Order: sequence, then structure tokens, then C-alpha cells
Amino acid sequence: MPDGFVLLALLVATLRAAAPLLLAGFGELVAERSGVLNLGVEGMMLVGAAAGFIATVATGQVLLGLMVAALAGMLMALLFGLLTLTLGANQVACGLALTIFGTGLSALIGLPWQGTPIPGLASVIWPGLDAAGPVAQQLMLLDPLLGLALLLPVLVGFFLYRTRSGLILRAVGESHEVAHALGYGVLRVRYAAVLFGGAMAGLAGAYLSLVYTPMWTENMVAGRGWIALALVVFSAWKPVWLAIGALFFGFVTIAQFQAGALGLDVSPHLLSMLPYLATVVVLVLISRDETRRKLNAPAALGKPFTAAG
Amino acid sequence: MSMLPPAPPRLALTGIVKRYGGVLANDGIALRVAPGEIHALIGENGAGKSTLMKIVYGVVAPDAGEITWDGRPVAIADPNAARRLGIGMVFQHFSLFESLTVTENIALGLGSARPLPALAAEIRQVAACYGLAVDPGRPIHHLSVGERQRVEILRCLLQRPRLLILDEPTSVLTPQEVTGLFGMLRRLAASGCSILYISHKLEEIRGLCDAATVLRAGRVVARCDPRAETAEALAEMMIGGRVAHTTRPPPRQSGPPCLVVDRLSLPPAEPFGTALRDVTLELRAGEILGIAGVAGNGQTELLAALAGERRVAPARIALEGRPIGGLGPAPRRALGLTFIPEERLGRGAVAGYSLAENALLTRLDARTAPHGLLDRRAIRALAARLIVRFGVRAAGVAAKGRSLSGGNMQKFIVGREIDAGPRVLLAAHPTWGVDIGAAVAIHQALLDLAAAGAGVLVVSEDLDELLAIADRIAVLAGGRLSPPRPVGETSIEAIGLLMGGQGTARGMADAATA
Repeated sequence: MPDGFVLLALLVATLRAAAPLLLAGFGELVAERSGVLNLGVEGMMLVGAAAGFIATVATGQVLLGLMVAALAGMLMALLFGLLTLTLGANQVACGLALTIFGTGLSALIGLPWQGTPIPGLASVIWPGLDAAGPVAQQLMLLDPLLGLALLLPVLVGFFLYRTRSGLILRAVGESHEVAHALGYGVLRVRYAAVLFGGAMAGLAGAYLSLVYTPMWTENMVAGRGWIALALVVFSAWKPVWLAIGALFFGFVTIAQFQAGALGLDVSPHLLSMLPYLATVVVLVLISRDETRRKLNAPAALGKPFTAAG
Repeated sequence: MSMLPPAPPRLALTGIVKRYGGVLANDGIALRVAPGEIHALIGENGAGKSTLMKIVYGVVAPDAGEITWDGRPVAIADPNAARRLGIGMVFQHFSLFESLTVTENIALGLGSARPLPALAAEIRQVAACYGLAVDPGRPIHHLSVGERQRVEILRCLLQRPRLLILDEPTSVLTPQEVTGLFGMLRRLAASGCSILYISHKLEEIRGLCDAATVLRAGRVVARCDPRAETAEALAEMMIGGRVAHTTRPPPRQSGPPCLVVDRLSLPPAEPFGTALRDVTLELRAGEILGIAGVAGNGQTELLAALAGERRVAPARIALEGRPIGGLGPAPRRALGLTFIPEERLGRGAVAGYSLAENALLTRLDARTAPHGLLDRRAIRALAARLIVRFGVRAAGVAAKGRSLSGGNMQKFIVGREIDAGPRVLLAAHPTWGVDIGAAVAIHQALLDLAAAGAGVLVVSEDLDELLAIADRIAVLAGGRLSPPRPVGETSIEAIGLLMGGQGTARGMADAATA
């Protein structure tokens, strides 16, 4: 029975560690499938984390905090959309700038709230959390936001491959000229995709600041936005591989904590590097077949579109 | 067309004007297409055909003029409006998504939401009805060019069009596929659909169309029944003067092999490319060897390997006995192998450069740049010589590349490579999109170069061009090269069968499963 409990705890911890990557990764997957490369995921996550945290502390409402986080992510994405879609600016440069901007902005607005403790989402939703038994406690760590993160691969996969809107979105990412010639609103589709990506990144950030470690510290996203981006590319824009990559990252994160707890004589800095390193190595191995990756890549990815042509 | 219905014309244009900057692309054009008529629109590149079709299809708005549809005046604001009226268009450059399936592509082209399985069934049914063999479940990048065109046509047919516009539809087809297409179009016209057929292939128009409107420099210069005219007469209407002809030098004993390719295999560089398989060829000094084939059968890969853009094992390619497979383009050029690439602006020349600078692109040597310093005077003299020798119409050596017409830019590029005095010249689609006058001049220059003892390799999709200038023709299909045959000992039908090699076999397999 203790073994069963350890396994359960390990599983729950893995899912929780993977959730932010699932949220941010699937948001970015949808944006990239529409042909927009938004490198600002890290920045959008940070702003979402800070805004969601502040709103929660200020109002005492976690659900409101989540909404504010999604909204903040969307505002960041809207800024990115204005620059790259409406004004046709370079997507790589704007994405990098968005991350730098988000890092600074979140540090600035979050400064007064640094270190403020709040109750996590789980204890808000399940008032009996502290009194429950250990198994029930583990199960109660599975909150609705985690549920959304775990459902996203199915939802996004269904949307992309089984609905007409998803087909149009993929078509826009494949060739905006042809989609435009057929009468589809390229910019409208891309705005929607980018805004969805922003909302998901905001929620991913809020998952970190409201659920995973319920507090705000500067730069707390710690590169997860970049890993989400890498996951999207190395998964060859396939929902299944993206989900596997995110769960793998979660697993290695937890395994590394366990290794630390077991008292392995390895530098903790090396250990905390491990999830990032292992994920990238595994994904590179998966995507060795370059022709297949090129074949799956949205052909119009990163290319600005102007309707005049 | 024995009984003429009293119905109004399906489409009537009057006084259509479209101006781009200072250029009148369409200058008061009138056009009438009767129901069930196959109407040809002919004219040279730049005559205004494409602009007119874009107006009919709602892609661009005319500056003046009136469009009536079944007798009612209409304004066609966008392609959706055109499709709602019943106008379908098959573009010259296909508007298909490479990574999506046939069904998904067609679904995107139809305005209505329909479940994909039901649509796939309908596609099969319409395809069978018109004899268009296509598998709805295949992704586009697996299809041959001819099959892609069938997808485009199917997409139009599923909307039950009442006017179908085809823009140069046969330039990508094998002769046998052309026959199939014409049969399909005649059946469609017999069912009442009007067809507007844009082409510059005059023999085809004589065989297919009931009426023709001839455009020149944005104006209608003639209307005729093409069946009652000769191709020569139609050509004269198009260019407004006598058609020049190439003079073919008397056939001579061809010399020793100057370019030899030995069992060359090469994987494609692009995800949707074609692999070369065991390509062997021998180009002799003094001959023009034509390589025919439908685009996408390995032409790009073969040219890249021959020109040195992609390196291969040294022994696979030999220039006058020297292995050159491992050399890049510049050393090959120094050894006497020059190359006319398929894209004029982009790979052959730079749009923003002057002609003098464009001349320098492949002619950077001790004469134009002694001791590594540019000799401006020598460069200008070189450009001026090319302009005079090859009859390039340009404002002077300082004229920018983009200011020249396609034909004149191509004459300049061909001239630049011929003037270098090559032992071997590779020419990719040398007269693609070039007016008749320039095409004749380019063909003559290639014939003269071969007569002077160089080997010339011409890769072209235009069979008429190859039959007119080549001594021998080989066919590239599915990355394999057929043995070359002397032009006198082969026929369009035989070449067409070789061109279809893979495509027809696949098409028939699809037809069997459909």
C-alpha cells in the first residue's frame, strides 16, 4: 500500500509539473499552426503569473485571479499581434522583445507582493483539504486547471483535425496567399490563434503562481516558456508528441527532486538543469528525421502576411 | 452549336478599363461568352489576359466598364461573389495546400460546411462522372502536377459552375493528359457550362474552342472562329506583325561528348522534391539535347546537380573528360560550363541591380575586376555589348533589372552566358513566359551556339520548343531519364507516353479503385 501511495504521489506530482507546459505549449501550438511564431511565451507566462497573483491577493478570489491571468496573457498577445500582424513587423524580434518586456513588467508590478503567502487553488476549492487523509489529499491536488491542461491535447487535437475551423487554421498556416485567395480572413484567424496562445500562456503562468507554488517571486517561470516553445518545434507540431514531451519534462522534474531527497551527491544546480536537458535531448532524438519535420512544419510559419499581394 | 438559344450571353463585358500606375492593362475591353460556348482568350504575356480574368473572378476591381451575367448587370466584389454567381477558376499556379488532403483542400474551396466523409463520397462521384481520377484521401504533395490540376477542376465542378475559367491549363500536362482534359471540357460545355480558355498554344485552341478573342497591349484586336484560322494567322493577330522564324543550321556531325553524367542518384533537397535515380546522359559538342518532362519530375534536382548548386561524387559528372561532380558553380563556370536558371529575377538576375551589375554576376574575372578591383568601364562595356549583340530593349546599361520586360531580361541573361564562350550551356526553361519575338531570338542564339561547337542542354516543359530546336530528346519522369532519341525518329505521342511514365500508371490505379 505505501508503494501504491508513492506511485500515486509521483503521478500527481508529475502531472502538476507538466501542467504549465501543457497549457503554454498547446497555446503556442495553435498559434504556430496558424503560421505565427510567438517567442514571447516566457514573457506572457510571467505577466500572467504576476497579474493572476495580484488579483487573487487583492480580491481573495482565485477564480478571478485565473481570469485576470488569462486576460493579461491575451493583452500581451494582442500587443504582439498588433506589431507582427497588423504592422507586419518581424515575428522573431517582436517575440524576443515581448519576453524581455514581460520579464521586466512582471518584476515591476509584482515587487510589492513578493513573498506574500496565499492559500493555493486546491485548498480553496476543497475546503476540507487539511483534514483529509493522505490519499484524498493527493487526489485533491488535481484541480480544475490541471484538468483543463490534461484535456487540452484532446481538445486541440479534435479542433485541428476534426473541425472546419481547425482546417481553416491549418490552411492559413500552410499558405496565407492561397487561403486569402479562397476568401479566408488570414489576419482574423491569426489574431484568434495568437490570442488563444496568450490566454493559455497566462493560465500557465497563473498555474505556477497560484497552484504549483502559491506565491510570487521574480522570474518564477524559470525558462518553462522556452521549453514549451522547444516542445512545440521538436514535437513536429503534433499534439500527441507535444503532450508526451510535456509529461516527460514533468516526470524528470519530479525525479530530480526525488534524487535530491535520496541524498545523491550531485550538485543541486546540475540536478535542476536535468529536466530541461533531458527533455531537449529526448525531443531531438524523436525529431531526427529532418524531412518529416519539414513536412509537418506549417509552411507559412513566421512569414508576415499583407493582403495587398 | 446548331441551334442558337435566344438566351442572353452568360457573360458580357463592355468597356473594361484597368490601369496600374501609368500602364493601361485593360483598355476598353469587350467580351461575350455564350452559354455552353468554349471561348478562347489569346494574347502574349502582358497583353492583359490575366488582369481581365482577375476582374471577372473578383480579385481586382475594374476602373471602368460593365459586367453582365445572364443579361443582368452585376458587380463582382470578391472571389466569393464570383463563386456565388457560378464562376469557377482554375489558376495557372495552383491554389492548393501541399500538406492537406484532396478532400480537405476541396472543403476549403467550398463555402459551405459539409462533413468530410460525405464530401469525399461526392468527390468520388463527380470525379467518376467526368473521368477525373483522383483519390480524395491523398495529401496534395503526393500528387503529380496533372493530378493537382484535376483537384482544382474538381473543386470548381463541385460548385456546379456555369462559367469555368482555365488559365494556361495545358502547360503542365502530358499530351495524353491534354487529350483527356479536352474531352472533359467538351462534355462540360455540352451540359451547358460556358468555358473561358486562356492560352497561347494556338494549335490547341484551334482544336478545342468555338470562338476566340485576341488581346494585344490591353485592347481587343480581333475576334474570330479559331477553327477557321491557321495557327500562323492567329499568331500574327497576337503580335500584330509577321512571325519571325528561326533558321536552323544544316545538321552536322556531332562532336565528342562534352558533358557526361554517369548513373547519378540524388535525394531531393526539399521535402516535396523528387529523387534522381540512376540518371545517365551524354551531351555531345555541337548538339542541342532537350530534356522534356512535366515539372516536378526531377528537373530542379538535375539542374542543381549539373550547375554545381548541389555537389555530388566527382566522377558522376564529367566535363570534357574532367570529373567535376565535386565542384561548385564558380569553378565549373571557369571550366566552361554556364547556366541559365529557371527563375529570371531571383536566380538569374537581381531586380534592383543595373544591367551592368547584373552582367557582372557571372562574369567576374580578370577583365572586369583586375587585381580584385572593379573596372567600371570594362563592366559597362560588357553590358553594352550584350545589349547590342542580343537585341535587348532597355534604357541603357544603368537600367534596373526590374525595368525590363520578361523577354528582354531573359535575352540579356541568355546573352550573358553565351557571350562567356561556354563549352557547355545549361538552359532551364529558356523561353518560359517570354513573348514570341524574344523566344525566337533566344532559340536562334542557342542554335548558333551549338553550331559554333558548344554542347547545349535545354530543360523545358514546352514540347514544341524542344521539337523545334533540339537534335535529340530525352524524357525525365519520376527522377529517371529515358535514353535520348533523335528528334526525327520520335513523335509527340511517344514522348508523351514517356512523360506520363509514373503519372499515368498512378492515375489508372486510382481510376481502378474509384
